[in-house]
Amino acid sequence: MTVIEARGLRKAFGKTIALDGIDLRVEDGRILGLIGPNGAGKTTALNAILGLTPYQGQLKVLGRDPWTERDRLMCDVCFIADVAVLPRWIRVSQALDYVAGIHPRFNRAQAEGFLGKTTIRQRSKVRELSKGMVTQLHLALVMAIDARLLVLDEPTLGLDILYRKQFYDSLLNDYYDRSRTIIVTTHQVEEIQNVLTDVMFINGGRIVLNCSMEEFESRYLELMVHAEHLAQARALKPIHERQMLGRSILLFDHVDRHQLDGFGDVRTPSIADLFVALLGNQPGNQAGETQGAAL
Amino acid sequence: MNTPSNAMRESFDSQVVAPAAMSATRPMYWSVRRELWENRSIYIAPLAAAAVFMLGFLISLIWLPGNMRATSALDPAGQRIALAEQYSHAAMLLTLTAFLVGIFYSLDALHGERRDRSILFWKSLPVSDLTTVLSKASIPLVVLPLLVLTIIVAMQWIMRLLATAALLMSGGGAGTLWTQLPLFQMELVSLYGLAVLALWHAPIYMWLLLVSGWARRATFLWAVLPPLAIGVFEKIAFHTSYFGLLLEDRVFGFAAGAFDLKDKSGAPIDPHFIPLAQLAPGRFLSSPSLWVGLMVAAAFLAAAIRLRRYREPI
Repeated sequence: MTVIEARGLRKAFGKTIALDGIDLRVEDGRILGLIGPNGAGKTTALNAILGLTPYQGQLKVLGRDPWTERDRLMCDVCFIADVAVLPRWIRVSQALDYVAGIHPRFNRAQAEGFLGKTTIRQRSKVRELSKGMVTQLHLALVMAIDARLLVLDEPTLGLDILYRKQFYDSLLNDYYDRSRTIIVTTHQVEEIQNVLTDVMFINGGRIVLNCSMEEFESRYLELMVHAEHLAQARALKPIHERQMLGRSILLFDHVDRHQLDGFGDVRTPSIADLFVALLGNQPGNQAGETQGAAL
Repeated sequence: MNTPSNAMRESFDSQVVAPAAMSATRPMYWSVRRELWENRSIYIAPLAAAAVFMLGFLISLIWLPGNMRATSALDPAGQRIALAEQYSHAAMLLTLTAFLVGIFYSLDALHGERRDRSILFWKSLPVSDLTTVLSKASIPLVVLPLLVLTIIVAMQWIMRLLATAALLMSGGGAGTLWTQLPLFQMELVSLYGLAVLALWHAPIYMWLLLVSGWARRATFLWAVLPPLAIGVFEKIAFHTSYFGLLLEDRVFGFAAGAFDLKDKSGAPIDPHFIPLAQLAPGRFLSSPSLWVGLMVAAAFLAAAIRLRRYREPI
């Protein structure tokens, strides 16, 4: 079943075009990574999907129009927009009471089970918790909701590596069951490479790349080339070349792995490297800005 | 007979029905509780005012026996007013507290959640903007009046019991306190007064609610300066002050509208004891300014709901 279907999705703020006619189709059971530099339109796209912003074009989420049917949609959709959004005054027990009170699909025992694995006490107020604990709490609330679509916008921003790792581990082990759909945006691209089933690059309001991870792995190859084979390798038209520790690293799209045999070490590139290759040398994207923003 | 599949379908149906049945009142109930968790001043401020008043009352009990002797020299109507004075002061103090709490609550109700960005959390849950804004509007219009009425009733009865104990300990009789002080009647007047105030002040609260949902910062200035500017403009341009009078009437006009301020003989009534006969609910409910005010309040409320629904959350 199709969870999200968008055709010609457009959104402009004044003269700034945030989304420039996006076509998008997300089936259920996918974990889609939405990757792009700051201001690429990621959050705008997510806000449109969540019914938080009006848009032009066609968009259906779980068969509903998110702008006009938002109230009903939110029974089946959850989102974590940023780490800072849980109100600071609320107690953990109150947050559980409230969500249990208003959400028809919330399983309180499950949320308490998740919290039991952390050091969060139910008496605590959110303002007394560390940033990492607030995210754990938010995730515990959200994972106990039997939603069809979970949207995570920079969910691990500002967390240390332990909390970030734990976040995606619990998401995969305790939540994801191959029927739910997850969309995630993050700047820590490397950390979610093995989590994703699909990846999408977005830049300047347009989709630059949209493929499954299987396709990604079969399509893109990275060659750390021996100096004597550099000319031969370049003849195969790499889409990007960079230097590392005095050696050239070439990135190929649609090249047979056997052709690269003997030229050097071949491996699947990281999403981050492909991102830089595809977006780093586009006009208007200074390399430094892109790297700093996206990675 | 129920076959297993029938039973299953039934349990499935009941699951489907449950969320629908839930959608009507439960989100409202929990949204109001949520407001009370966040804004504890809603009940702490009236309780603190009550506590301070009760402390003063306790000390005043020292003079009670002497005052009672002076009171017994008065005629029954005079006795009633003298006895009622402290009890009605309690009600007035609590009513004023409710008004102030309502003002400050409304001014922050839709602003706080945007300031701390928690609006994104609230909007991630299946509670409609209608329910959320109505729950916030219900605090000054319903919750505070009911809460304050409860506190007033409790205070007045505790006061009368304490006064009785003080009189009995001093060796005097407490009979007058029970025969000449019609607390129940006074509490009916409090109920009426609080309902009148909520209806009369509704446009003020809803204006503040709308500003709190609209202004990005400085909600107080946005709430106060535009009306002030209109008043000043009118004064300069036309040398009149109808707008100022309109606002003054909106704050204080309930008294003349909802009570007969003069008794049958034409003498002004003492505000410490308002007989039931002086209430004028018919006149109040049929006054155009009440209904115009309520329509304005409804328009502000509808605008606040629309704003929360259709504006970018942050």
